[in-house]
Amino acid sequence: MRKRTPEPTRVGAEDTSATGLMDQDSAEDADARLDPAEAEALKAAQKSRFAELDRATLQSIYRQMLLARRFEEKSAEAYSTGKIGGFCHLYIGQEAVAIGAISAIGKDDYVLTSYREHAHAIAKGMSPDSVMAELYGKAGGCSHGKGGSMHMFDKEVNFLGGHAIVGGQIPLATGVAFATKYKETDQVTLCFFGEAAVNQGAFHESLNMAQLWKLPCIYICENNQYGMGTSLERAMSLQDISQKACAYEIASEFVDGMDVLAVREATLRAVERARKNYLPTLLEVRTYRFMGHSMSDPGNYRTRAEIERHQERDPLKLYSASLKEEGVLSDSELQKIDDEVRAQVEQAVRFAEESPQPAPEELFTDIYADPIQANE
Amino acid sequence: MAIVTMREALNQAIREEMQRDENVFLMGEEVGAYQGAYKVTKGLLEELGPKRVIDSPITELGFAGLGVGAAMVGLRPIIEFMTFNFSILATDQIINSAAKMLYMSGGQFNIPIVFRGPGGSAFQVSSQHSQALESWFAYFPGLKVVMPSTPADAKGLLKSSVRDNDPVIFIEQERMYGSKGEVSDDPELTIPLGVADIKREGKDVTIVARSLMVPVALKAADLLEKDGVSCEVIDPRTIRPLDIKTIIESVKKTNRVVVAEESHPFCGVAAEIASEIMERAFDYLDAPVKRLSGADVPMPYAKNLEDAAIPNVDQLVAAVKEVAYIE
Repeated sequence: MRKRTPEPTRVGAEDTSATGLMDQDSAEDADARLDPAEAEALKAAQKSRFAELDRATLQSIYRQMLLARRFEEKSAEAYSTGKIGGFCHLYIGQEAVAIGAISAIGKDDYVLTSYREHAHAIAKGMSPDSVMAELYGKAGGCSHGKGGSMHMFDKEVNFLGGHAIVGGQIPLATGVAFATKYKETDQVTLCFFGEAAVNQGAFHESLNMAQLWKLPCIYICENNQYGMGTSLERAMSLQDISQKACAYEIASEFVDGMDVLAVREATLRAVERARKNYLPTLLEVRTYRFMGHSMSDPGNYRTRAEIERHQERDPLKLYSASLKEEGVLSDSELQKIDDEVRAQVEQAVRFAEESPQPAPEELFTDIYADPIQANE
Repeated sequence: MAIVTMREALNQAIREEMQRDENVFLMGEEVGAYQGAYKVTKGLLEELGPKRVIDSPITELGFAGLGVGAAMVGLRPIIEFMTFNFSILATDQIINSAAKMLYMSGGQFNIPIVFRGPGGSAFQVSSQHSQALESWFAYFPGLKVVMPSTPADAKGLLKSSVRDNDPVIFIEQERMYGSKGEVSDDPELTIPLGVADIKREGKDVTIVARSLMVPVALKAADLLEKDGVSCEVIDPRTIRPLDIKTIIESVKKTNRVVVAEESHPFCGVAAEIASEIMERAFDYLDAPVKRLSGADVPMPYAKNLEDAAIPNVDQLVAAVKEVAYIE
C-alpha cells in the first residue's frame, strides 16, 4: 500500500512511504510518478510568481543555482581524483532552497548552516575561488585550509559557517539573532538544517527560546527525506515538521523546495516578520538530495527509480523551463549563462590548484585570539 | 580594600564588567529574579535590567549555544551554569563550537565568552552534583580554564576572563562561596590569566594546589612547619594555559613535590602536572612526584563516606612527609 501525504494544501509532498533498505531498482513504477495534473499545477504556480520580479533578479537566481550545481559537479570530480579529501556532502537537487532563501535577504543579514553548505556559502556572496580552495585544503581557502568542506566561513559577507554536528548550528543561529535584537539592528538570521536535526534537543531548545524571547531567526528545515541513509519514516514519529512549530507557537510554513521562487516568497514573508516584529519562523522546505549523503554513500537505502522520480522535478530544470516559457531567457541566453558559470568554476579550480598549501606553522595559529605564553 | 566573601567578590566582578562594557550580558538559570541559586548574581537584575540579566529556561545546551552564537557577532556573554555538573549537557556547544570556532574559521571568529558556575564537591549532594570537571575542559585547545581559591583572585581573574577574547571556563568551588578575604575595590584591578601565585613560600617541599585544596595546603603547611618542614604552596589559578614555569622553578628549589586536587586521579590535572615536572625537572627530583587526588569513585551521599572521598589536611601532611622521607 502507498499512502499519500494527507495535507492537500501542501504542494510537493510526494510519496515517501519507502522504508527499509532497497536492493534493486525495480520496485518503483509509473504510478509512483508525479500525477500530470499535479505537475502542471506546480508549474503554473511557479510561473505565477514571475510577475513580482524583474528580469535581472530572475536571471541572477538562475545563475546562482547553476553555479552551485556546476561547482559541485566539479567538486565531485576533484574528490574522485583525490584532490579533495575528508567528507564532501553534495547539495545537488536542493539548490532551490539555499538560493531561493538567501535571495530574500541582504548582505548584512546572517546565514548559518550545516556541513552541506557549499551552495549556501556561494549564494551568500563568498567567492567560488575561496570555497574551492578550502575544499582543496589550500591557504587561499576561506578558512585557510583549516576547515574543509564542512567549515566554510566568511566574516565579510556574514556567512557564519559550516557546522558539522547535526543541529549544532541551531542554538548558534539563535544566539546570533539574540545579538542582533540586543544591538537593536534590523538584521535577520537564516538557520538551515536538515530534517534529521529536528530530532535533536538543540532544535527544540532553540525554538523554545526564540519564541520566548522573540528572536529574529528564520529556521529553514531542508527536508530532503533522509538523514544519511535513514528515511524520515524510520526516524521521526510526527513527520509533519512544520507542525512542530505549534509546540512553541512559532509561525510556520510548508514550502515546495523544488520551486526556487516559492522558497524565496516564503522566506520573504518570514523576513518581514523578523525585521518588523522580531519574530521567528519555521519553514519546512520539502526537497530531495540527488546524490549520496556524502561521497562514500553506498546508496542501498533507496531505489534508482525513486531518485529519478524526484529528478523529474529537478529545481534547475523546472526553473529554466519556466524562464523560457515566460520569455525571460532564450535557449541561447541560458546557454550563455552556462558557459559563463562553467568558466567561473574552471577559474575556481585553477585558483585552488595554484594556491599554496598552508604553511606548516599555521598548525599552531588561530587557537587563541589572546594567546598566553605561560606554557613555554 | 574590604573583607568580602568569594560570593561577593564574584558579584563585584560581574557588576563592574557589565557597567564597563554594555556588550557583556549575563544568562543562566535563576540568575535574575531568584538572585542566583548561590546568590552570586544578587542585585544584578535590579541594577542592570532584564535586557542584560536574563533568566533562562532549564536548557543548558540551548543557552550555552546561544551564548556562543552571540559571541560570534560581538557580544561578550557570561553564561552561568547553576553548577558545572549541568554543563555536561552543554559540552557539544562548549567543545565543538566555542573551542574550535577560531581555528576552523581560519582565525575569523573568536569567541569571547565566560562559562562560569560552581564545581567540585559541595555538602552531601551525592554523585551527580559533586563533580570536578576541570580536566575535561582543560584537555581542549581553544579553551582556557580558571579556578580561583581566594576572593581577591576570584574577582581579578573573573574580570580578566570577561575581558579575554577566548572562551573561558571559570570554575568556582561550591564550598568556598562563603570564604572571606581582602578584595580591592579598584574596578581596574585585574589578575592576568596564566599566572600562578605562590600562596606561601618555602624551601623543602612544593605543594601544587588549586581551588579547594589551597586552604587545605596552607593548613598542612602550618602543621608541617612545626615539624620543621618548610612548604611552598603554589596555586596555578589558571589550569589552561598552565604556568608550569613557576612550578618548575619551585621544584628546582625544593626538589620534592606533592600535587593535590579534589578531582579523580585518572587522566587528571595532577597527572598532567606530574608529567610536566618529570619532563622538565627530572634531574632535580629527590623523590617521585606524589599525587593526592579525590577518591576514584562517584561521590557518595553519606557524610562519613563523602569526607573520605575528599583529600584532607592529614592526608596532605602524610603525602608531604612521604616525599620528604620523614617517618
